[in-house]
Amino acid sequence: MRLLDRFGRATTDFFEYAGGVTLLSGESLGFMARLRIRAGETVSQCAILGVQSIVIVILTALFTGMVISLESAQQAVAYGFSGFVGGAVAYGTVRELGPMLTAVVVAGRVASAIAAELGSMVVTEQIEALRSMGLQPARFLVVPRLTALLLMLPLLTIFADVVSIVGGMWVAQAYAHIPYATFLSSVRQTIDFPDVVKGLLKSFVFATIIVMVGAYQGLSTRGGAAGVGQAVTGAVVLAIILIFASNFVLSFLLFG
Amino acid sequence: MPTVSESSNGRLIARMENVTLSFGERVVLKDCSLDIVEGAITCIIGLSGAGKSTILRLLDGLLLPNDGHVYVRGEDICHMTEEQRNVVRQKISLSFQFSALLDSLTVGENVALPLREHTRLSEAEIRRAVMDSLDSVGLTQAYDNLPAELSGGMLKRAGFARAIVTRPELVLYDEPTTGLDPIVTNLITDTILRLREKLRGTAVVISHDLPSIFAMADYVAMLFEGAIIAYDTADRIRNSHNPIVAQFLEGSEFGPIPI
Repeated sequence: MRLLDRFGRATTDFFEYAGGVTLLSGESLGFMARLRIRAGETVSQCAILGVQSIVIVILTALFTGMVISLESAQQAVAYGFSGFVGGAVAYGTVRELGPMLTAVVVAGRVASAIAAELGSMVVTEQIEALRSMGLQPARFLVVPRLTALLLMLPLLTIFADVVSIVGGMWVAQAYAHIPYATFLSSVRQTIDFPDVVKGLLKSFVFATIIVMVGAYQGLSTRGGAAGVGQAVTGAVVLAIILIFASNFVLSFLLFG
Repeated sequence: MPTVSESSNGRLIARMENVTLSFGERVVLKDCSLDIVEGAITCIIGLSGAGKSTILRLLDGLLLPNDGHVYVRGEDICHMTEEQRNVVRQKISLSFQFSALLDSLTVGENVALPLREHTRLSEAEIRRAVMDSLDSVGLTQAYDNLPAELSGGMLKRAGFARAIVTRPELVLYDEPTTGLDPIVTNLITDTILRLREKLRGTAVVISHDLPSIFAMADYVAMLFEGAIIAYDTADRIRNSHNPIVAQFLEGSEFGPIPI
């Protein structure tokens, strides 16, 4: 009986959470569709959420591209198909790792920051103050962040793709003596424009997940500082899980 | 259930009628009724955790009752859409206990926020209105300060300035003097009185500070165990024979109020 009770409660919680995130997303996208976007705040969020994530995205993409190249170059040299290393690095990066790793890294930074900021605003009654002034927290706080990340995450993904391929190219040359021209030729033969577009399409979905999960966690914070901590942890964990899960679904739909 | 209708013929700006509100298992208000007379200062007193702040949130439509009605200017705000309530909220301002200024904005930007969002005033007009509000609470020098740079009393007054900048018809003050020294408490009390004169509006004040309450209140309501058990003019409440009111005003631990 207790197990059944627990299952029932978990099911209710799940649907309550999913419903809450869906409503908040619908409300926010509705404001965006009606162009009710605070431009100044959006620009400021582009700097906070996007520009300040560049270094961590570069480092992650660089080392990921380097390690893919290192692993594939070893095998390629051993079996005599070193002309395919560039393609292997680019294929994995542009279609999968570039969008996903960029999103995961940004989720760690941004989902937590959004949850912490909005959660603190809840416990200090700032959200209630906004509502009492007749301002919708979704329009005032969520829409600028969502718009900013929808603009910045695809750009960061392009950045990550390029850096990853350049890092891979450098390792392939330094470690396996594969010429840059050979590497780039392999990249061009393997990757075409639709692959890049589909990879970027993923980043729009990931941006929405990161902001909406972070915002919903923050806005549903209860219980003071401890509640803010739980909101932050929950936001990062859930955003990353949803990014991995949706990446599988998107890959299946786009490339399957 | 005493309401002001029984003690005054004043015109009402807001009214709670048989409101019941629970948070989970906990019943905060039970069949609670309260009238707010236009142009008067009504103070709500009661034990900590009795639900006084909840009443302010109900009047502002931030909380909705499980049962009963809340009327503002004769309209039941419980059966409105959030957008309709937002329109009503432009006539009401809530000044929060800890001011609730947005900490990413300066004091000037905080006070200007409702004007920027709800009016088409030019920046020059907004600045004039903000300076006028800040001047009303003696805080013009804090225009460019962030909330974190202000003292407790200054924060409260900055919260007042934001609350009055739109010239609301009803201002709700949530514990405006709590945690302040006696001099700042007097300053805050004077400020509320001056703002009432300036706005020619109505105020509802939640407070535990009895001298401050009797200095400013026209009406006093006592909330006890989820209902208004006494509501009358300040003088009559001060001399009330109701044992619960009398014990509360005396601050005695002996009497019908369970400690």
